[in-house]
Amino acid sequence: MNLSSNVPEKNASGVLGSSYSRRHRLLRWPIFSLVVLFVMICLAVFAPIIVPHDENLGFLEDRHQPPVLFGGTSNHILGTDSLGRDVFSRVVYGARISMLSALTALVIGGAIGTALGIFAGYMGGWVDELIMRLVDVKFSIPLILIAFAMVVIFSPSFGLLLGLLTMFVWGQFTRQVRAEVLVIKTTDYVAAARTWGASPAQIMYRHIFPGVISTVLMIATFQSGAVILAEATLSFLGAGVPPPSPSWGAMIADGRLYLDTAWWVSLAPGIAMGLFIAAITLLGDWLRDYWDPKLRQL
Amino acid sequence: MNFLARRVMTGALTLLGVTFLVFGLSRIQGDPRSILISDDASFDQWQEMGKQLGLDQPVYKQYQIYVVNLIQGELGTSTLQKKPVAGILLERGRNSALLAVTAFSLTILVGVPLGVLSAVKTGGIYDYAIRMFAVLGQALPSYWVGLLLILIFAVGLDWLPASRMSDWTSLVLPTLAIGWLGVSGQIRIIRSSMLDALDSEYVQLARAKGVAERTIIWKHVLRNAIVSPVTFASLTFASMLTGSIVVETVFAWPGLGLLSVNALNNSDYPILQGVILLAALIYVLFSFVTDVVYMMIDPRIRIQ
Repeated sequence: MNLSSNVPEKNASGVLGSSYSRRHRLLRWPIFSLVVLFVMICLAVFAPIIVPHDENLGFLEDRHQPPVLFGGTSNHILGTDSLGRDVFSRVVYGARISMLSALTALVIGGAIGTALGIFAGYMGGWVDELIMRLVDVKFSIPLILIAFAMVVIFSPSFGLLLGLLTMFVWGQFTRQVRAEVLVIKTTDYVAAARTWGASPAQIMYRHIFPGVISTVLMIATFQSGAVILAEATLSFLGAGVPPPSPSWGAMIADGRLYLDTAWWVSLAPGIAMGLFIAAITLLGDWLRDYWDPKLRQL
Repeated sequence: MNFLARRVMTGALTLLGVTFLVFGLSRIQGDPRSILISDDASFDQWQEMGKQLGLDQPVYKQYQIYVVNLIQGELGTSTLQKKPVAGILLERGRNSALLAVTAFSLTILVGVPLGVLSAVKTGGIYDYAIRMFAVLGQALPSYWVGLLLILIFAVGLDWLPASRMSDWTSLVLPTLAIGWLGVSGQIRIIRSSMLDALDSEYVQLARAKGVAERTIIWKHVLRNAIVSPVTFASLTFASMLTGSIVVETVFAWPGLGLLSVNALNNSDYPILQGVILLAALIYVLFSFVTDVVYMMIDPRIRIQ
């Protein structure tokens, strides 16, 4: 962080300078994140092969068996819950539900949000104004409260949960992408395309969209942690995945009543979630520093 | 002042959008009385409510009646407690506000110094430890942290009460559970905007002039890096005011969060609608105040 360190990088003949800094960055791969994410995604994908027990089948005589390191047997590595269901199997299946709902919400919400952001940024005028006011409304209401209202009106289901999570994510994409588009649309290549006679739709799709992809991926990474937390929160409160599906949030809620005797029921899914989201956040930090350190504020 | 007028306008539009949404939700299944009235209401009460809501009139008239009622503070009656929603919100809001103030103080008093320390010592062991602390705080759900705190300090050590509102000791655990999330966010934001400011030319100039490092950090860097942390802090406070819904549930803290969860479990739509409107109002007010503060601390915004 001294004066001299900045000068050579800016003045050096481009190739040398950039390959040095690139190599320097590549040296510090986010190993922790990649390992945690790889293991957890594998567990989720191959859940049916991996889990030792049926995640929804419990035997009451096996209830509240402690984890193997705390006096339990290796038959139930993470112990059993109040219905005698295997906690490890449920945590693994919970990962599936978390990832599936996050992925769905991010793909749909991300696509809608990005499209709206490009549209608002490129068209400007009242279209921009309308879309941005919608974003304001979205940000002014906590997701959980809207979810509660929806659950009172309809009733909880997996489909409703996915809908709510999609509503939760799109706004962030729209805001950030719009800001980016405002810059991109003043570039020469967009002006050139316009002179060439390209239609607005063509320009938005072929010339602007490619420019925002890295931003979109970065927001998606950061948002995936938030979506998983939101899903767990809704399930914790009984407004998410209906039982007996093993959602992490619902499992934490299940264990609440037996906190003093069977703490592992609540603790295990919480630790799994913490590890997973921490890994995502650190990966997101790394991606951001790698692609564009100027976006640190994201 | 053009900027201010525009902000008032957009704020009002946002609120209008929210009322539209809430109104729409209540009518999505047809007759809003099915969710606005308690199950044991008599036929007369049913008719009475129909008249009040103007259900015999066209929808835009109904919306107009609805908005006029809102402006007069008429938020309907809780189907569970059979009392006006406005009064309940006020009473519960006070409890949430108490928790919000303590958790927010923690966010500022702990978050800001740690964020600055982390940015100043980039790459060092302090930076690493603080960043881990922040990443974990954002990754672990606050209600789970709450349960863990109960397990350790109430069940295990028996130092502090596990739940319910009593003397100051009952504030400690929920404050920590909510505060960790706020502190973490504040650390990450302060750290990143400090790093941006540290890269700048005016800091290099100050260094070249031989200004003391302490002065550079607190005067030159922090003052310039303060804009995003201010937004973050103000919106954090706003969201804390409407109750940390889940944490309140874990600690049985009688604030707006617990109120909403009870409303969810008893299908008390008028209450939910009230909390949503209040949350939106607080959010809009706080983001407006934040923008005004911006104008004072950053002259560039005034020109735009």
